[in-house]
Amino acid sequence: METIKGIQAGIIEDFEMFDDWMQKYEYLIDLGKELTPIEEKYKIEDNLIKGCQSRVWLHAEKQDEIIIYTADSDAIMTKGIIAILISVLSNQKAAEIVSADLSFIDAIGLKEQLSATRANGLVSMIKKMKLYALALNNK
Amino acid sequence: MFDLNKIREQFPILKKQVNGKDLVYFDNGATTQKPQSVIDAVSNYYQEENANVHRGVHFLSGLATDKFEETRNTVRQFISAKHNHEIIFTKGTTDSINLIANGFRSLLKKGDEIIISELEHHSNIVPWQMCCELSGSTLKVIPLLDNGSLDMADFNNLLSKNTRLVAVSHVSNTLGTINPIKEIIEKSHSVGAKVLIDGAQAASHICLNMQELDADFYCFSAHKMYGPTGVGVLYGKEEILNTLPPYQGGGEMIKEVSFEKTTYASLPYKFEAGTPNIAGIIAFKSAIDFITELRIENIAKYEDELLQYATSEILKIEGVKIYGTSKNKSAIISFNIEDLHPYDIGTIVDKMGIAIRTGHHCTQPIMKRYNIPGTVRVSLAVYNTKTEIDICINAIKKAQEMLS
Repeated sequence: METIKGIQAGIIEDFEMFDDWMQKYEYLIDLGKELTPIEEKYKIEDNLIKGCQSRVWLHAEKQDEIIIYTADSDAIMTKGIIAILISVLSNQKAAEIVSADLSFIDAIGLKEQLSATRANGLVSMIKKMKLYALALNNK
Repeated sequence: MFDLNKIREQFPILKKQVNGKDLVYFDNGATTQKPQSVIDAVSNYYQEENANVHRGVHFLSGLATDKFEETRNTVRQFISAKHNHEIIFTKGTTDSINLIANGFRSLLKKGDEIIISELEHHSNIVPWQMCCELSGSTLKVIPLLDNGSLDMADFNNLLSKNTRLVAVSHVSNTLGTINPIKEIIEKSHSVGAKVLIDGAQAASHICLNMQELDADFYCFSAHKMYGPTGVGVLYGKEEILNTLPPYQGGGEMIKEVSFEKTTYASLPYKFEAGTPNIAGIIAFKSAIDFITELRIENIAKYEDELLQYATSEILKIEGVKIYGTSKNKSAIISFNIEDLHPYDIGTIVDKMGIAIRTGHHCTQPIMKRYNIPGTVRVSLAVYNTKTEIDICINAIKKAQEMLS
C-alpha cells in the first residue's frame, strides 16, 4: 500500500508537467470523468456535503482495516477534485487518514485555481472524509 | 451622441486584465462598474468635504449636508417623484424592502394576505415570510409561465379584499423578464392593496416615473446603476410612509428625546437613523448624472440591441437552453448547456478573463420551477460591446469542448 505522503508526491509531480491552468483544468476534468461512480443507493441527502456550490455525495465504508471512499458530483470539475482526494485518502487506514497532512493542495496551487466558494467546498470535502474515517474507526 | 468608446473610457476597471486576458465584465446584474466621476466623487468627499450631515453649524457640515440633499433632489428628479422627502436613503434594495416589511407588519392582522411572485429575489421573499410569520398573515405566490413571465390570470385570482400588499420585482434578476408592473399596480389598487416594486434590476435600464406608475413603494440600489455600494433608495408615497412606524431608532430620526417619551422626526429623516453612507450618497449623484447625460432611453435601446445579439449568438451553441424568453425582457440572459454544470462553465471562462455569474442567483424558487441546479447568467450594461459578446461565446464554446 502506497503511503498518503507518497501518493501526494506523485500528484505534485503530475502537476509540475502542466504549463498553464488550462492543462490543469483538462487534467481535473479527465479525472472527474474517470471517477468510479458511486452506487445510486448512496446518492442520498445524508451523504451530501454541505458547503459545496455543486452537489457532492460522499460515501465511505470500512473493509478490514482500510477505508474506501466513493463519491459523485453533478459538476465535472468538482468530481475531478474529489477524485484527487479519493486517490490520496481511499484505501488507507483510518488513523492515517485522520492525521494526514494534505500539503499537496497548496503545492499544486489547487486552491488558487478555484473560486472562493469552491475552495470552501474543498475544505468541506476534506473535513467530511476525515470525519467519516474517524467515525468508521470507532465502530 | 452615443459614443461607446467614450463611455468605456470613463470606466478605468475595463482596462484591467484578468488571468492575462482583457476583462469582459458580464456580471452587471450583480453590480455594475463605476465611472471615474463616481470614483472621484467618493475620494473628493473624504479629501475636501468630510463632515457629518444635518448636525453641525460649521462650514464643512453645511457643505456635506447640501451635497447630500442635492443627491436626494437628483434622485427625485430621476424617478419623477413628487417630493424630496419621499426619497429615503437606505443601505440598498434589501434594506429598503426590509424597512417596509418591518413597518407594514404593524398594520397587518391575521387573515391579511401579501402577494409576491415566483421569480422574486430572496430579498423580496424572505422579508415577507418574516413579516407574515410575525403578523399571522398569509403569503401568496404568483406562479411563472414556462417563458418566465408571470401568470397574470393567476394573479387576478389571488387578488382579493384580503390582499394588503403586493411585492413584485420590476425586472427579474435571473430571467430578465420585465413584469407588467403598471397593470399589477392598477389591479392591486382596485382591491385596496398597496404595492412595493423591487426595482434593483430596472433603475439603470428603464425610465422611471413614480407619479405615472403610481407605485406605493419603489426600491433600488445605487451600485447596480454605476454608483457606490451601500447606498439604496426607498421611494414611498408621503401619506403611506407617514402611517408607518420608524424602522431603526437612533440619531437623526428623532424630534425630541426624553426618557418619558420620544417623538420622531418628519420624513425622510424618520427612516434615516444613524450616520448614513455620506460619501456613497454624494457620489450616487454622479452615477445618476452619468445615466441622465446618456439618456436612459438611449441606454435601453443600446442594451436591447446587445440583448438581441447575445441571445441569437447564445442560441447557436449546441444543446443550449435559455431560461426566460418572455417578449418583454431586459439585458439578462440565463442559460444552461445540455449535460454541463453551470459552475464548470463559469470556472473555465473565468480563466479567460470573463466574469459571468453561475448558480441560483438568489432565486432558488426559479431553479426549482425549472428543476435545474443553477444557470449561467450573462447580464449586460451600457459599456458592453458586441465584440465582448463574441469573446464570451467563444470562451463558452471552448469550455463546452473541454467539458464534453
